[in-house]
Amino acid sequence: MDTILPILAGTIFATGIYLLLRRSLILTIIGIILISNSVNLALFSLGRLSTENPPLIKAGSLEPLAPFANPLPQALILTAIVIGFGLLAFALALAYRSYRELGTVDQDELLKDAEDTSAAIVPKNDFKDGGDV
Amino acid sequence: MLTVIALIFIVALVSPWIHKLFGNKSGWVLALLPFGSFLYLASWLPHITAGNVVQQSTPWVSMALFQVDLAFYLDGLSLMFGLIITGIGTFIVLYGSGYLSGDAYLSRFYCAVLLFMGSMLGVVLADNLISIFVFWELTSFTSFILIGFSHEQENSRKAALKALLVTGIGGLALLAGLVLMGFASGHWEVSALLNEGDIIRNHPHYLAILILVLAGAFTKSAQFPFSFWLPGAMAAPTPVSAYLHSATMVKAGVYLLARMNPVLGSTETWLILVGGFGLLTLLVSAWLALSFTDMKQILAYSTVMALGTMIMLIGLGTEMAMKGLAVYILSHAMYKGALFMVAGAVDHEAGTRDVLKLGGLRPLMPISFAAAALAAISMAGIPPLYGFIAKEIVYEAALEAPLWPVLVITLAVIANIAIVAASAIVVIRPFLGKKVETPKKAHEAPLTMWIGPLILAVLGVLFGVLPFLVDRSLMIPVASSVFGAPMDFYLSLWHGFNLPLVLSLLTLTGGILVYLVWDRLRESAPMKVYQSGFAMGPINGYEGLLAGLLGLAGWQTRTIQNGLMSNYLITILVTMLVAVGYTFITRSGLVWNHSFENMLLQEWALSIAILTSLGIILAFRNSRLTMVIGAGVVGFSLALIYLMHGAADLAMTQVLVETLTVILVVLVLIHVPKLIEVRSTTSRIRDAVVAVGAGVLMTLLILAVTAVPFDAFISEYYAEASYPLAHGRNIVNVILVDFRALDTMGEVVVVAIAGLAVYALIKMKRFGSPDDPETEGAAPDGTASKQGKSS
Repeated sequence: MDTILPILAGTIFATGIYLLLRRSLILTIIGIILISNSVNLALFSLGRLSTENPPLIKAGSLEPLAPFANPLPQALILTAIVIGFGLLAFALALAYRSYRELGTVDQDELLKDAEDTSAAIVPKNDFKDGGDV
Repeated sequence: MLTVIALIFIVALVSPWIHKLFGNKSGWVLALLPFGSFLYLASWLPHITAGNVVQQSTPWVSMALFQVDLAFYLDGLSLMFGLIITGIGTFIVLYGSGYLSGDAYLSRFYCAVLLFMGSMLGVVLADNLISIFVFWELTSFTSFILIGFSHEQENSRKAALKALLVTGIGGLALLAGLVLMGFASGHWEVSALLNEGDIIRNHPHYLAILILVLAGAFTKSAQFPFSFWLPGAMAAPTPVSAYLHSATMVKAGVYLLARMNPVLGSTETWLILVGGFGLLTLLVSAWLALSFTDMKQILAYSTVMALGTMIMLIGLGTEMAMKGLAVYILSHAMYKGALFMVAGAVDHEAGTRDVLKLGGLRPLMPISFAAAALAAISMAGIPPLYGFIAKEIVYEAALEAPLWPVLVITLAVIANIAIVAASAIVVIRPFLGKKVETPKKAHEAPLTMWIGPLILAVLGVLFGVLPFLVDRSLMIPVASSVFGAPMDFYLSLWHGFNLPLVLSLLTLTGGILVYLVWDRLRESAPMKVYQSGFAMGPINGYEGLLAGLLGLAGWQTRTIQNGLMSNYLITILVTMLVAVGYTFITRSGLVWNHSFENMLLQEWALSIAILTSLGIILAFRNSRLTMVIGAGVVGFSLALIYLMHGAADLAMTQVLVETLTVILVVLVLIHVPKLIEVRSTTSRIRDAVVAVGAGVLMTLLILAVTAVPFDAFISEYYAEASYPLAHGRNIVNVILVDFRALDTMGEVVVVAIAGLAVYALIKMKRFGSPDDPETEGAAPDGTASKQGKSS
């Protein structure tokens, strides 16, 4: 498995990057999901795969019974999963909000809008009633 | 000395309140500060005259590499500069209170001018190379603020920026030079460096040090072709021009070179570079003065000429040159300070300083006229004023020049002819002749505005008639400290009938003739060409450079940051690919000692599931639900992989988070319309290449790392310490909540903030429609508000 994991991580990463570069914000978000998964997988395989025994200490003993899985990457990935989820939730809310304000999830369209209003931060009034859905 | 400088800085910072407290009289109160500092410095005079120096030091920054002490060094040179700074500073504070009386920003002027005074004193008194640089930059900074004093005018903002850029870039060069010098000699104190001249001069870095230090000094002291910022700086209020841009700050470069003369000087390179630039500057700027009609511009170019003379004298490096330098600096500070202040008074009272629009002011402003006349006679070098003695010695030094004395003296005489004419213009035109109608009804300036120029002008007479007042006490110590060895001389008005006297007469006659034809000369075609070449040329060069820089910045911003996110990402990714890929291939190379032999059946199955889902995601980019399902399969497969390799906690978290993710994405997708991908094939291929590159690089990196034996030191430590130290049996949990508890807290904060932001994004009122009822009535859980929207 330790040979296929790097290949899987790389493939998921590449797919994620490709989606990240699309016009639709929704595809971008799916790209983010894939990228954070692939990075977690990379971390996991960097910590080496040795055994299926989890790093737990049996009642009565002071140390885990060897062999046991490397606990360090697990701790790192746990943190990363949770942060990744926070990021994803924020990105989704941002995409949703920008759609409601500007009426599109198309990045090229967003750029055009920004140029039309000559970089004014205040959106145009036509979006007042829901934009051009 | 530290106390004096610190006191000036402190008073500067509280000066607005002092101004509020004393109102109109604040000028007199604040002038006590420079006057007190003047008296303090003057109290060292007998000590310095006796041939001693004063050193005071307070430890400040101490590092292995070098040491920065707040060390101060007072010898003849720094004492004279200190006296000029505080003495003229006293008059300037008074003068400013009259000149800017009623100005809303008068308190700001006090603050900045006192800050400048403290910094300038720091430059001339500091002993440590690094602290000299710090004070040096502070003078550039305060000069920026003072030139831009009338910040509503674009003209003065531009002039301020110009001065800051030119002197600031020079300052950076100076820093490099000083640091090189410190490392070359191992000494960071000027007082110690003075004895290490041979080490520096024979050091392989000597030329680099010299050029860097000269770059700093020449920009600060407005040597050609960097002189253009100084006439521009005349946009500042006149007290500032008189003080910073004539009497003190522009002489910082002169001071520095004079200070460094015993260390860097007396080489052929020094003679040619320093002497040559000085000579070029004095010649070019003297005649430029005659191409203007604004009193301040004429004085500005004559100041540049004077600075050129001082630099040239330092370059010559002979005993006579040092004697001339000491006398010239003192006499120039007095007459030029006085003339600037009078020019300001004329501007203030008559409403213009264009000499063509002025005339016959003498009966209206008798005291200002007296001061201006005496100062101008000194500037023209007519006996019995101090300026005459100065010019005589400059001529003598030029005659004794170690290289091409005939050329040096010829150019010096030609330049001084122009200065004589300029002196005549700034006095005769405004004050004598027919009365001319001026924009304002002219009358004598207030006491605060004429007392300074009058005292300075009278001192010029006094020192001229009785030169022994200053020669033994101050001039000899100054010249000796620049020369680097004790000197002895006395000054007198009458040197006998000799060559310098003949040259003086020649200069005077020539000057009067030039004055008589000035109107025709100024309008003549060669003069116009001369002005556009030497005055406008460097300015155009500077502005071209600046415009080019801004253009370049604009172009690269438009190209790299064009607002399209995919462009930013591609830039970042390609940079990463090149940087990491290059390092990886050159440092490690490809490593492959892996095989697929021990793969279990379920592992193959999972891998195939993941790869298939990725394929489905890519194939069905326009069916968003399919994509979400595909991403979900990848996520859950990862959970299984974690579970198979002893990471039960991870698997559980992954399952939970993946479920939530799918739900969230679907919730948002319901409300957002589908977007058909319409990018060109080229950009799709470009994106695919970058994406594949990134993926391959990641795979290769992991394979290379995992091929190296694993160092389990940290993991083993956690495993061993988990129970004894933290009393936890689940090692992963112990790491998270105990060993790395702070990280976990940070993570919790991040998630909490993300939650708040999500809440705000969903609940926030619409931009531009504060009372949109639709959004106002959104349900608290956010979901309902989305549904309200979609209906």
